[in-house]
Amino acid sequence: MAHAYTPGLTVTERTVLRKKRLLPLPGAVLVAKGEAVDSTTVVARTELPGKVHVLNVVNQLSILPADIRDFMRKKEGDEIERGEVIAEDKPFISWFQTQVESPVCGSIESISDVTGQVLVREKPEPLDVVAYVDGTVQEIVPEQGVVVETTCSLIQGIFGVGGEAWGPLVKATDTPEEILRSTHITAEMHGAIVFGGAYAGWDVLQEAKTHGLRGLVVGGIDAQDLKTLLGYDLGVAITGTETIGFTLIVTEGFGSIPMASKTFDLLSQHGGAKTSISGATQIRAGVIRPEIIIPVQQAAGQASLVFGERATTSREGIAIGDPIRVIREPYFGQIGRVSALPTDLQTIPTESQVRVLEVELPNAARIVVPRANVEILEG
Amino acid sequence: MPSLNTVLVTDCGSTTTKAILIERKGDAYRQTFRGETPTTVEAPFEDVTRGVLNAIAEVEELSGRSILDGECFRTPSRGNEGIDLYLSTSSAGGGLQMMVAGVVKNMTGESAQRCALGAGAIVMDTLASNDGRQPHEKIDRIRALRPDMILLSGGTDGGTVTHVVELAEYIAAADPKPRLGMGYRLPLIYAGNVNAREQIENTLAKNMALSISENIRPSLERENLGPARAKIHDLFLEHVMAQAPGYKNLMSWTGAPIMPTPAAVGVMMQSLAKRQGINIVGVDIGGATTDVFSVFDQVFNRTVSANLGMSYSISNVLAEAGLENILRWIPFGIPEADLRNRVKNKMIRPTTIPQTLEELQIEQAIAREALRLAMDHHKTLATSLKGVQQERSISDVFQQQASGTSLINMQCLDLIVGSGGILSHAPRRVHSMVMMIDAYELVGITELAVDSIFMMPHLGVLSTVNEQAATDVFFHDCLIPLGTCVAPLGQGKLHEACLDFEVRGVAQRRLDVGSVKWGEILLRPSADWDGARLTLTPAKGVDLGLGKGERWERELSSGVVGLIIDCRGRPLDLPTDQTQRIDVLRRWNHSLALYPNPAP
Repeated sequence: MAHAYTPGLTVTERTVLRKKRLLPLPGAVLVAKGEAVDSTTVVARTELPGKVHVLNVVNQLSILPADIRDFMRKKEGDEIERGEVIAEDKPFISWFQTQVESPVCGSIESISDVTGQVLVREKPEPLDVVAYVDGTVQEIVPEQGVVVETTCSLIQGIFGVGGEAWGPLVKATDTPEEILRSTHITAEMHGAIVFGGAYAGWDVLQEAKTHGLRGLVVGGIDAQDLKTLLGYDLGVAITGTETIGFTLIVTEGFGSIPMASKTFDLLSQHGGAKTSISGATQIRAGVIRPEIIIPVQQAAGQASLVFGERATTSREGIAIGDPIRVIREPYFGQIGRVSALPTDLQTIPTESQVRVLEVELPNAARIVVPRANVEILEG
Repeated sequence: MPSLNTVLVTDCGSTTTKAILIERKGDAYRQTFRGETPTTVEAPFEDVTRGVLNAIAEVEELSGRSILDGECFRTPSRGNEGIDLYLSTSSAGGGLQMMVAGVVKNMTGESAQRCALGAGAIVMDTLASNDGRQPHEKIDRIRALRPDMILLSGGTDGGTVTHVVELAEYIAAADPKPRLGMGYRLPLIYAGNVNAREQIENTLAKNMALSISENIRPSLERENLGPARAKIHDLFLEHVMAQAPGYKNLMSWTGAPIMPTPAAVGVMMQSLAKRQGINIVGVDIGGATTDVFSVFDQVFNRTVSANLGMSYSISNVLAEAGLENILRWIPFGIPEADLRNRVKNKMIRPTTIPQTLEELQIEQAIAREALRLAMDHHKTLATSLKGVQQERSISDVFQQQASGTSLINMQCLDLIVGSGGILSHAPRRVHSMVMMIDAYELVGITELAVDSIFMMPHLGVLSTVNEQAATDVFFHDCLIPLGTCVAPLGQGKLHEACLDFEVRGVAQRRLDVGSVKWGEILLRPSADWDGARLTLTPAKGVDLGLGKGERWERELSSGVVGLIIDCRGRPLDLPTDQTQRIDVLRRWNHSLALYPNPAP
């Protein structure tokens, strides 16, 4: 039977995280196994093939495609400079000669005697992959990259935008319920990863950009502000490549929702610590959630569970006493503990018959919600 | 083939793997048990067969039938043990993702799209000489995409060579890599001008797994999609499936080739349309995508709207439809910011379900727009061939028809079959019926049905082996008839007479009679009306599809919802004032008994 609950987001004080840092194309690995790296260390490098430019040489020279090679001064594979003549016609009077110059520095990719086109490829561009987190190289993947291992506190958000960033962690609100105001964001926070309470409005997002924050972590934002921030209405949650000036991580959802106290407390513990974050989110199969990684010292003899390995052990499902968060109206954002797990299907106000559970809230009130509408607070 | 008494069929979807057991009961086949477990293509399992075995284990548990011996099937079936045949479809790992190319975007480009979509693929992009992009943009795009396969067409036989070779040169320069597996060459099917084959081979054979097929558009007047579609299926099995984790093993288990899930649904739809002699539309609205299938005058078309869905893509429905279009279906006031937040929260937590009536009504409002947009998309591709030269005589002066007109004529539509969670699992069946009526603004007389548990893929692949078994199960266990919708064309003056109806049963016994005015919608339960005759008498000037004032008499099929007579007018015009709009929606909902305790 498929589990009828959403696997929760991880909020853990200590775990061993292994991050694959791989190139998109084969290249060279620049570090050795066991080497200590920090977030900015270049661990692998490759060259991306250059852009291709199409030159319609036969049209420019008024010749037939089949004759193109007779007019070419360069052949396939030849290196060329920007402005260098690659083809020319042969008029009786040289004054009337037409020449075709390369628009870029690169090489001749192909010459077609069918279409009369010459494809010119720009020089390859170097592409570096950095370690992203402070740690040690745990594994080398030949020609592709490395696996960097770090012992850290790890917090997953529900949604984010923007790519990888790092900087010192700075607290902006005193409580997880407090609304983050623009006055909380100051010039001293430049280059920092700032976290706050339940909600950040448009003015806060603007201040984050103005003051050069590397990252902002908050309980909730409004969908309309996300649209304004991105300049378009996000249709499908595949993010991580946005260039909005900083990386934004939402821990709870859209609207004003107090940050889970466990998340807020853990972040508070690490005030000032160097932190790596990524807003990359993907919600289809192969789920990726935004992450906050705070490297911590591994105490001697202290073993930590490797993050992700628990996924291979089969969890039997949700149990009485499990801490959960309700993730849908009318109790959206409420946190409590499972107090009963009735097995029979129950009719909910929509008239659907579904499996439900009972949740005891901190104020001792009990609510009934569909099992599909809760997520376990993973520790 | 030995006698077929017990068949097990699985559909390996992106999220779940669904197994159904089909058994012969007397003279007919029936679907008896069903199991569903998470698909295991991705980490940590990375083996599709784990999910298949889990789903089968669930069927074993529910049925008491011993099907597996370790990881092997017990065959043939004996009593309550074993099966005679195992079949499967698959869309796991995102299904078959293709890029297609043609010389002219709305001619060979569209033919290539129809070919790939009909084969069950998702078309990631259509490349064409006249697609408005600069050559370097085309090359960048080809390189950025990582399709499972490319279909290159272009040029009628004896037509342009240069343009199709030009496209091949762009593809060669981009050197695209396959989505799955780094160690094999990307399959490319060339199905264009026969005269360009040699040049295409010279350009592409070195770096790609090139296959040649018959031209999909041998002349402007003819489309020949069959051979290229067959080639796509072959390559899907040989290349794509073989790279996906666990599929080599799965392929060795099945008694017939694994089919892409949408291709199997297409087979079933075509078979139904042919058997019944009807025009049919099928829609499958999922979490991420909405597929639309149609068979009009025996011409099959399929489209997939890749980002119109009810969970992963729900926010995109809002973005494409616009807030106003969603709000027009919601029978209560809701602040814009609240609606936007709710939609985004569903997007980031896609497995949640509505707990309150308000939440259900919001989701059903969004579903109407997703269905509408997907059908609009379908209409643009399901067209007669564009670019066809037409001879016109003086008699055509007053009835000129352009080439490329849509084949989807709602007046000629006989049956709509809906599937997908929001339609198949709606709390009340009338919800599904009304969502489809609203989204498609049906006209004339149309029957509606839903697929009970999205069994059509299973039955599609089964029909390739035993059509009788597939048909038996389709009518007995898969299709749930909802009822019939009657909707006159055009609009009339509010509260004026629109039509009279009468239903007569055996021996002309009158079962129901009534009148409906413009602006009203009426529901009459019809569970016992199978075979009854419906007579519709329109008021003066009202057209039910046969011409103004023409009476319509026909046999009525029973359905779990009934007969809906929709005189709200076409196009459906909702008041722009919020208070009035909510009032109208509540009145209609009350009339249809759509929700519990509706406001009067």
